[in-house]
Amino acid sequence: MDFKEKVIQQLNSQFPEMKLETTDFRGDFCIKFSPDNLLMICEFLKNNDQLKFLLCEDITAIDWASRTNRFTMVYHLFSLKNKFRLRLKTDVDDSTTSIESVSSIWRTANWQEREVYDMYGINFLNHPDLRRMYMPEEFEYHPLRKEFPVMGIPGSLPLPKK
Amino acid sequence: MEKLTKNDVHPKIVQALLGADTTFTVEDALDNEMILNMGPQHPATHGVLRLLLRLDGETVIACVPELGYLHRGYEKMAENMGYLDFIPHTDRLDYLSPPANNVAYALAVEKLAGIEVPKRAQYIRMMMCELSRIASHLVAVGALAMDVGALTVFLWTLREREKVLDMYDVICGARFTTSYTRIGGVAQDLQKSTIIEIQKFIDELEKSLEEVERLLNSNRIFIERLEDIGVISYDDAIDFGLTGPSLRGSGVDFDLRRDASYLYYNEVEFKVPVYYEGDCLARYFVRMDEIRESAKIVTQVLDKLPSGEIMANNPKKVLPRKTEIYTKMEELIHDFMLVNFGINPPVGDIYQAVENPKGELGFYIVSKGEGHPWKLKIRSPSFVNIQSIPHMTKGYMVSDVVAIIGSIDPVMGEADK
Repeated sequence: MDFKEKVIQQLNSQFPEMKLETTDFRGDFCIKFSPDNLLMICEFLKNNDQLKFLLCEDITAIDWASRTNRFTMVYHLFSLKNKFRLRLKTDVDDSTTSIESVSSIWRTANWQEREVYDMYGINFLNHPDLRRMYMPEEFEYHPLRKEFPVMGIPGSLPLPKK
Repeated sequence: MEKLTKNDVHPKIVQALLGADTTFTVEDALDNEMILNMGPQHPATHGVLRLLLRLDGETVIACVPELGYLHRGYEKMAENMGYLDFIPHTDRLDYLSPPANNVAYALAVEKLAGIEVPKRAQYIRMMMCELSRIASHLVAVGALAMDVGALTVFLWTLREREKVLDMYDVICGARFTTSYTRIGGVAQDLQKSTIIEIQKFIDELEKSLEEVERLLNSNRIFIERLEDIGVISYDDAIDFGLTGPSLRGSGVDFDLRRDASYLYYNEVEFKVPVYYEGDCLARYFVRMDEIRESAKIVTQVLDKLPSGEIMANNPKKVLPRKTEIYTKMEELIHDFMLVNFGINPPVGDIYQAVENPKGELGFYIVSKGEGHPWKLKIRSPSFVNIQSIPHMTKGYMVSDVVAIIGSIDPVMGEADK
């Protein structure tokens, strides 16, 4: 059996009521679901004996700019046992711009979520240390949002006093 | 030494250093503890990495890395330029192995746009990747030795690396910022004389590696400064998302070249060196072994190098040759369209990861069918690897911190993007 079908089958048997959307573009397999289920699904994918997605490769977000639920979170997981890469997607609710942190499941998520917070201003609930990653703490903007100009905003980064 | 003041350290960083429950400012006296600021300008931190260490005597209790001193906003810039224009910027990510970054990016865009690349070009790319791995690991080993006090090795490994850079120069006309790949192939073909020169370098490499090992492997100071230092266990290494030599030094048998094969790595034979101790010394051994395996791959690639084109024949997506642009009408039109309107890959998103010298370099590209990416995320191995420094340094001495940083071998150009 194809491993993609196996992932779906395992998820369906564990969470029968959950709505999962799958896409397969150029061999990249992606599952999209509602943000409420994020922690449950991640924990299951990591701890299930047959799936074992132990390595969280990458966490990022997409800003769609002109859409309800403008931010989408993207997670890339890799199963060392099955040599398979899986992408998870979930929309961030516009009213709160916040989502549960997965750093309790993969410790590598700590910095990756900090980076997303810095660049997109998405709040991660229950994150142990939510600070900016690259920009200084006093900086008011989130540079990777589409409304932030490429030139930067003059005066937004004060030079240190001599 | 000047004392740190409140203006030097943001309160949130102090909080991270001391734990959430303490209310403390930098000026307050601690009983036996002190806060030491290391970097960003420090030769042993491999670029502009800043570490804040909380020390009890000489023992590290906590460590907070601060990044962003080299942040150039490449992800933002990528969203505002064409797919072809971003290639030179990939040189400046991991500046110790530019060709490997070029290849990673080109592979990602080709996957997105669905471009088939000729076999000869892919083989040349493979060779460039392995040459850059050799160059990068040579610097890593030399810098690690220098960090723990053996300066000679650094000079020797840099001399060898210089030869690789000279070969880059012959192959593509630049020593550092190679920009060698194009979407759909490589910029220039290999000459016969270059192949002979590369083979000569590979043949002589073993001798210089033995020289290096003679200085290090039986050097008591070197061994004692690295053995059982910065230990990270098998499970922790995976949990922290380590990749590359740092992961394989902890006993995890994972290499994207073999496990998620790209280019033509399935057609060449190589071993994936794995060491089980998880300390700095294991990571050093992994690198030395990987240099040898890379040398083997280069030899095989040169032996098997197929003949044929070096650019894909796909006029709507691949830039034509300059000589053809100046002489043929069709090519001129295609060039105009590609430069002005871009490749326009179909709507969708892809993730392409390659095994770089530092670890897994991944590009996640979201396309809306336009000439520039809607989003481009760089998954940089150094960034993720630096995250484990607080875990590795905990409980060791200040002088071990430099050894640990050296054994992880981060490059800040990549970590800060």
